[in-house]
Amino acid sequence: MSETKEINSPIDEAVDRWTHETLEPTLRKHPETKKRFESVSLEEVDRLYTPADVAQLDFSDDISFPGEFPYTRGIHPTGYRGKLWTMRQFAGFSTPEETNARFKYLLKQGQTGLSVAYDLPTLMGYDADSLLSEGEVGKCGVAVSSLADMEVLFDEIPLEHVTVSQTINAPASVLLAMYLVVAEKQGADWKKISGTLQNDILKEYIAQKEWIYPIRPAMKLVIDTFEFCTEQVPRYNPVSVSGYHIREAGATAIQELAFTLRDGLEYVDWGLKAGLDLDRFVPRMSFFFNAHNDFFEEVAKYRAARRIWAREMRDRFGSTNERTLKLRFHTQTAGVSLTVQQPLNNIVRVAIQALAGVLGGTQSLHTDAYDEALSLPTDRAALIALRTQQIIAEETGVVNTIDPLGGSYFVEALTEKMEAGARDYFRKIDGMGGMVAAIEKGFPQREIQDSAYQYQKAVERGDQVIVGVNKYAIDNEENQVPTLVIDESVREHQVERLERTRASRDAGAVANSLEKLKQAAQKQENTMPATIEAVRAYATLGEICSALRDVYGIYEEPAF
Amino acid sequence: MENMNERKIRVLVAKPGLDGHDRGAKVIARALRDAGMEVIYTGLRQTPEMIAAAALQEDVDAVGVSILSGAHNTLCPRIVQLLHDQGMNDCLVLLGGIVPQEDIAKLKSQGVAEIFLPGTSTENIVKFLRENVKPRE
Repeated sequence: MSETKEINSPIDEAVDRWTHETLEPTLRKHPETKKRFESVSLEEVDRLYTPADVAQLDFSDDISFPGEFPYTRGIHPTGYRGKLWTMRQFAGFSTPEETNARFKYLLKQGQTGLSVAYDLPTLMGYDADSLLSEGEVGKCGVAVSSLADMEVLFDEIPLEHVTVSQTINAPASVLLAMYLVVAEKQGADWKKISGTLQNDILKEYIAQKEWIYPIRPAMKLVIDTFEFCTEQVPRYNPVSVSGYHIREAGATAIQELAFTLRDGLEYVDWGLKAGLDLDRFVPRMSFFFNAHNDFFEEVAKYRAARRIWAREMRDRFGSTNERTLKLRFHTQTAGVSLTVQQPLNNIVRVAIQALAGVLGGTQSLHTDAYDEALSLPTDRAALIALRTQQIIAEETGVVNTIDPLGGSYFVEALTEKMEAGARDYFRKIDGMGGMVAAIEKGFPQREIQDSAYQYQKAVERGDQVIVGVNKYAIDNEENQVPTLVIDESVREHQVERLERTRASRDAGAVANSLEKLKQAAQKQENTMPATIEAVRAYATLGEICSALRDVYGIYEEPAF
Repeated sequence: MENMNERKIRVLVAKPGLDGHDRGAKVIARALRDAGMEVIYTGLRQTPEMIAAAALQEDVDAVGVSILSGAHNTLCPRIVQLLHDQGMNDCLVLLGGIVPQEDIAKLKSQGVAEIFLPGTSTENIVKFLRENVKPRE
């Protein structure tokens, strides 16, 4: 290739000279270990990056300064020198009492925000006593069936002062209502409380698959929360547009970036169609990305995410509002990368992934515990995960300067490649009529499944190494680290409280509130006020979701 | 020489319970298909009763159950029992997912043929099926 290449600049000439004079003689004597070097996304990585690879970039247009358009180098002019990221460990298991105790423990250890994991019945909108909940109550998160559970979950945790992130999607509006009512009972002012609701229903159909209603009414519920929060809870983030689960399901870094940002654009579109004011609701949208093993690919992904979002907000929607243009995101290390084999190795993986998140300029971070491929984390494992963040923040010095990898030929070229790859997907999805239509066609789902399969094949060929699994494995490994066991008594405990709640509430008020909610849904009105009224009357999560199911129907996944 | 009329191994890949993590199930389904087996995937959120009914209707040699939520102790023995009740004693039940060491022996004693933990290569699963599916009359 180098023979026919047109030499057109001093740097191309210099690269060419180095290739002939220095590289090629070495390659003849010592060939490289592989023909193709690739990232964890199976993208080829070149031998060397030089000024020739970033020649097309313009410093002020493409890279610029922190806190200035297009925010490639970060949204804050002082980086982490002014404020560190929020250390926000995702926690939730068993009963609300147990999770409440874990929350208090984490706050005491220096954690700066809370993040609630709900169990599968809660995520799917079923009460603990539903037949479908058998075997699942309190297993993957904390069980919450009514306001009575939520009151216990946040007992003695002042919601006006602690920001709480809730991982809940299909029934998100109901859990938001419960949260707001608990805050109100504590005497907190809704205008002052802050926190985040995941509430990203699009990625449920794409990847995580915890849906209830068909896509379009489910989108309407999301927009209802946008509208309600903009007016009533102005400091709250009603959505966290999530690439995390898309990546965990098998997407490449580019697919994670592309589908997440395109989901974000879809919410903006739907919000505008519902008559919301762009520069009032978009600034409260937040994002959530994965931090996987391929260090530079991840750093480039976060940098590209900020740049693409700023450009799309300006060019697609015409915004000039700084708060609309700035993409804020949470990061979680890659659960999928953790191994059951030699589980202490996971501590190292998590540290490196977390470092990528930090060097990418994340606003908040969850570090996985080393035992998460085995069970939910034990106290000890959860503490090491938090300490990992504290070591990065306070011992390594990486926070001393802003965007320390900016200007690296490799990182800048990769950031550019990420943006180009995402834009290719935007064109395809726009061509299908937007993300909802693309999901209905199964497009992102198929792309992700295909990447997951290609990755598995690469692992089985040994092209992608997983230390302790397909290389350096230990036969008959002496297991085990201690794990957290959730026993079946959690369900009994939860069902008991549910029965007490049902017996002590005003049945007429519950029935009325559910009827009002159905009417609001049928009339296409905002469902939030009626949802809050139902929650106040101690209508259960299952009852509220069932009322909405009666109106909206349920989602059936087509076969892809 | 292989008999041209030899029956292909038929496998039902099943996702019981509320868990939506289907990456593993879909990768396995595709790997088994690529290995020449006939694969039926149930889709998400099937009850043990639905899974057993599908196994009977599709006349499968094995049911591969994928569970990552921790609900295996409740769901797997029930699937084994229902298959047994409908006379499918030779139908293998395989489990893949996050299963703690201490549950493995118990699940096997309850009739689960094999348990594949995270990190298992799809080749091992193919091999296990080829070696353990009972030949039909």
